[in-house]
Amino acid sequence: MSIAPSRSDPMVPRRFRIVEKIHETADTYTFTLVPVDGETACRFAPGQFNMLYLFGYGEVPISISGDPAAPERLVHTVRAMGSVTHAFATLEAGDMVGVRGPFGSAWPLAAAEGGDVLIVAGGLGLAPLRSAIYRLLAERDRYRRIAILHGARSPETILFAEELRQWRRNLDIACEVTVDYAGTDWHGRVGVITQLVALAGFDPQRVTTFVCGPEIMMRFSVEALKKQGVADERIHVSMERSMKCALGHCGHCQFGPAFLCKDGPVLSYDRIRNLVGIAEL
Amino acid sequence: MSTDLALQIGEHALLARAEFGKLIDALRGQGYAVIGPTLQGGAIVYSEISGESELPVGWTDEQEAGTYRLKRREDEALFGYVAGAQSWRPFLFQPRRTLWRAKGSAADFAIDPDVRETPRFAFLGMRACELKAVSIQDRVFMDGIHPDADYSARRDAAFFIAVNCARAGATCFCVSMDAGPRAEAGYDLALTEIIGEGRHDFLLEVGSPRGAVIASLLSLRAAGDGDAAEAEAIVERTAQSMGRVLQTEGLKSLLQENLEHPQWDDVAERCLSCGNCTFACPTCFCHTDEDVTDLDGQAAERHQRWDSCFSLDFSYIRGGSVRPGIASRYRQWMTHKLANWIDQFGESGCVGCGRCITWCPAGIDITAEAAAIRASIEKD
Repeated sequence: MSIAPSRSDPMVPRRFRIVEKIHETADTYTFTLVPVDGETACRFAPGQFNMLYLFGYGEVPISISGDPAAPERLVHTVRAMGSVTHAFATLEAGDMVGVRGPFGSAWPLAAAEGGDVLIVAGGLGLAPLRSAIYRLLAERDRYRRIAILHGARSPETILFAEELRQWRRNLDIACEVTVDYAGTDWHGRVGVITQLVALAGFDPQRVTTFVCGPEIMMRFSVEALKKQGVADERIHVSMERSMKCALGHCGHCQFGPAFLCKDGPVLSYDRIRNLVGIAEL
Repeated sequence: MSTDLALQIGEHALLARAEFGKLIDALRGQGYAVIGPTLQGGAIVYSEISGESELPVGWTDEQEAGTYRLKRREDEALFGYVAGAQSWRPFLFQPRRTLWRAKGSAADFAIDPDVRETPRFAFLGMRACELKAVSIQDRVFMDGIHPDADYSARRDAAFFIAVNCARAGATCFCVSMDAGPRAEAGYDLALTEIIGEGRHDFLLEVGSPRGAVIASLLSLRAAGDGDAAEAEAIVERTAQSMGRVLQTEGLKSLLQENLEHPQWDDVAERCLSCGNCTFACPTCFCHTDEDVTDLDGQAAERHQRWDSCFSLDFSYIRGGSVRPGIASRYRQWMTHKLANWIDQFGESGCVGCGRCITWCPAGIDITAEAAAIRASIEKD
């Protein structure tokens, strides 16, 4: 007996079909998915993630990189890193994937209203922040200054390059991009993202910052923010640990007392400041 | 009804040793698979039984750090041991199960959830610490927005017969964890085995409506005040003879504030990272999901199985393990069990059953490790 994947059993994936595949960088792809059951794809809050299942390979946690105002389709940006994500890179429009979710905490956009918002994104960390940026732009008048900082390893690895160009042209927001290293054909900034924090121009008393990227990048970004006078509770980071069930049952994603699948991935820095920097936690 | 005693919840009566077999018969008659203590492989193992003859009559266990031995008792006690090698955990939280099956290809596949009938277990001989352990796992798997359907169904169907401890083992510290030795709640029936002066009885207490139903099928006789007092004295003697102590006051912050204490490196010198403690523990809930695929690539299954935070694979994310060192893995286990668990679920994850001490091949003692950190801090 074959039945439609149950939405009541959170361990059974729902089937989606790939309707679009965008080649973002050498190893990174954005997939647009629609559900086979014809219902709403996914109502989510920016910062949340789904468990994506690839037939015969397995399941990986991937943050949602699409527009929360468009729940009829689901957008995920996947970098080929391990066995499942390498196989993901070979999928094409028309192929099927399983989806469980959405899971986890979200960027506190409502709490940020009325103040400045600073986005600090390292590498693929821009993916879960893009959903937040879409919401910020759609509701631009609810916020004061909005600044987006993106750091990439090299010009070729800049994610969502075309959108970053649009955001840089948008006079309503500030957007800066920097790379770790570049050839002579790069006319932009070279250097680590933490250098941009001091230049971003925000009110440390009124700013809410969303930080996502490699753990080491987040650590130094937080230090730079604190140096600017931003309080710990105004800093929000998206943490990563092994993820299996995504329901808070399997124990893999623990980071101190937090289950990153349900208490995180987005955590206020004041909750984790005692844990950051402790080796092998 | 074979007795005139219609017991209400909270009431008790005496069940004679000679009538004990009828309890197993009554449970089986009500459709339960009775799981009780048996002798297997030189240990007390909880396993399905069909009659009283399969119980470990006249046997006891001697436990110490890294040591477990069965010994004959001088009497014919049915529950004269301390605790089984394995807890009841495998019956409610399955060590291995199939979640679903998929057929097809990357282009198109269908998923069938694995749906099975829920077994109805009656656990005969649950210790107070083990009952508490079940209530702790209930919070993990049944509270929250995603209750585990398989665990919940098994748990709701299960019938619990507690047996209060008549002796404490050398690795026991349930008193420290407020988890025993008397079963206080969560049972359908509770027994205290009373042996001596030519008698062998069980003081039976009813803890639930379905417990009352089973009690009504037994040949009971009224218990006197002396019987209740004797049962109370037995449990009190056990409480006074705990083999270990874990000082819990301030333990949560002591561990959470000493994540870089040298004691973690000290224990890592002895720890084999075998994971025995996590598999013997009655509350450890960590598990993993595995995908398996047929050789032809057209059929796949998702399996769930117990996992241990002592394995390298447990914390693997692209590029490597978050916790490559044994010190960090032991720290994860112990700080989770004794400290972070309180933040997560409002209570400690330890019930003081002592299994992690007994079944550690290196004899590592969680109470001693905690005490060592405490002593070093208090010395400073």
